[in-house]
Amino acid sequence: MSVAASRAPALPGIRIDLWWIPRGVVLALLAFIIFGPLTNLVLWTVAERWYFPHTLPIDYGLSYWGRVFSPRGNAMESLSNSIFVAFLTVVASLALAIPAGYALARLKLPFRALILLAFLIPQAFPNLPVYVNIARLFYQIGLNGTVPGVVLVHVTHGLVYAVWIATAAFAAVDTELEQAARSVGASAMRAFRDVTLPLAAPGLLASAIFVFLESLDEFTGSYFVGAPDVNMMPLLLYTASAGGNYQIASITALLLLIPSIGFMLVVERFLKSDVLSKVGH
Amino acid sequence: MPKRLLGLLLVLPALAVIVLLFVVPLAASAVGAFQTESGFGFGNFTKSLELYTSDVIFTVVIVSISTLLIGLFSIAIGGYLTLGENPRAVALLRWLYRWPMFIPFIVVGQVLRTFLAKNGLMNNVLIGLGVITPLQAISFLDWRGIVIAFVWKQTPFVALLVAGAMSSVDRGNIEAARNLGASRLRILVEILVPQVATTLMVGLVLSFVTMMSVLSVPLMINAQSPTMITADIAFRINAYGDYGVANALGLISLAVTSCVAWFYLRYSMRERA
Repeated sequence: MSVAASRAPALPGIRIDLWWIPRGVVLALLAFIIFGPLTNLVLWTVAERWYFPHTLPIDYGLSYWGRVFSPRGNAMESLSNSIFVAFLTVVASLALAIPAGYALARLKLPFRALILLAFLIPQAFPNLPVYVNIARLFYQIGLNGTVPGVVLVHVTHGLVYAVWIATAAFAAVDTELEQAARSVGASAMRAFRDVTLPLAAPGLLASAIFVFLESLDEFTGSYFVGAPDVNMMPLLLYTASAGGNYQIASITALLLLIPSIGFMLVVERFLKSDVLSKVGH
Repeated sequence: MPKRLLGLLLVLPALAVIVLLFVVPLAASAVGAFQTESGFGFGNFTKSLELYTSDVIFTVVIVSISTLLIGLFSIAIGGYLTLGENPRAVALLRWLYRWPMFIPFIVVGQVLRTFLAKNGLMNNVLIGLGVITPLQAISFLDWRGIVIAFVWKQTPFVALLVAGAMSSVDRGNIEAARNLGASRLRILVEILVPQVATTLMVGLVLSFVTMMSVLSVPLMINAQSPTMITADIAFRINAYGDYGVANALGLISLAVTSCVAWFYLRYSMRERA
């Protein structure tokens, strides 16, 4: 049967697993669907000239990279804006999520399930009309087109990841360790600082990276609240693409892509299954 | 009692942010939808429907097709990851399928905009392989492009949830069915899918809502009429500063997602009862 078939490669020359033909076709197709568009993107970043009907770029070169990274180009400004906003968003989100997550994981809260659900609200409603009205509200109080305004929008958006993952991270820490610390005389604050927080740190770091990436990639909120005063990477990508400048758009897209893919490859190191299984509980 | 108070105090700041920066603007959007120049009324809605009925239908159809495809593909991927008997193929698939998950929507828009264009890499490869002639090359940058972008981006997320739920299904059931001679397809449809239905539904509802509120993909892939409600809302604000119609359109998309959420809640209630 197929168990025997899968062992076939161990006995070379005796039996070839014919199932690799359909398997190979499906996997190759999937690989093309996933990596084809990404290859296209990378090709555009190094294409000097490329138009119909040429299958591949006519000239290759890095001149557009030079233009993106030139000190006077607006790409550097939007890159630093994006990273600055993402950093502030992480700080603000963790400052809000660590106490909230600890309380939700450890303390007996009234309406706990309801509170946990409340943080899901920004994910459960289409957020475009909300951003439109936040922009209107921020405009009245002078926050529109400012970095704090954009940070606030990103914090609201990222808080669900921050709070849910922080709650799961704290819930995964063994209560007995904390009790042991308390029983040898540590104060509640000390037990939290020296025992619970370090043990929950990998999960908290994962939530920080999540929030950082969400902020880096966020388009709609930045579009309404930030533009045109606070220029961010996704906005630059959009204007470059809308203007038909595919090279600049692709380079920007690649810059946004690298941190996301890097995180995907290491996420399991931070988010262990004991934390993952507690998300949302 | 003080402990409860402390807990509430710790949660309060985070909760306040959600209420002030999400719930209040959401309420403002709901109220604003009924505000017209001549006081409260349904003026914005009649105007929205007059101008954008076809876009509303277009949006619902696009998002529904995408949700359906995402569901099918993620069951297929989760099923193979759970039931696949060749460890190497399973490992390869596990490595492969997740790539698009963390790619931001705006990047997905740009990537597929170049890939699906008439002279994009997809057509070029098909021409190179001799599948189509250069004259047959067509651009997919219309409703199909939007569906492809949504499915490409959202399938890994739902598949990840589904595969996780499937791997925690009792192996004994699967082995027993296998020993009785059930095919893997039958095990997938009759044992695995019913047991992970709740997770699958949660993933699909979340995807549905996400797709309803994505602005960048329709802007990047297909901004001509008919387009999605989100693009119309952005257009109303940027071109006319018309918050009334924009909020009315927002409330319409909210009503659509509420319908989906309601179906889901009714389903999960019945499951628990």
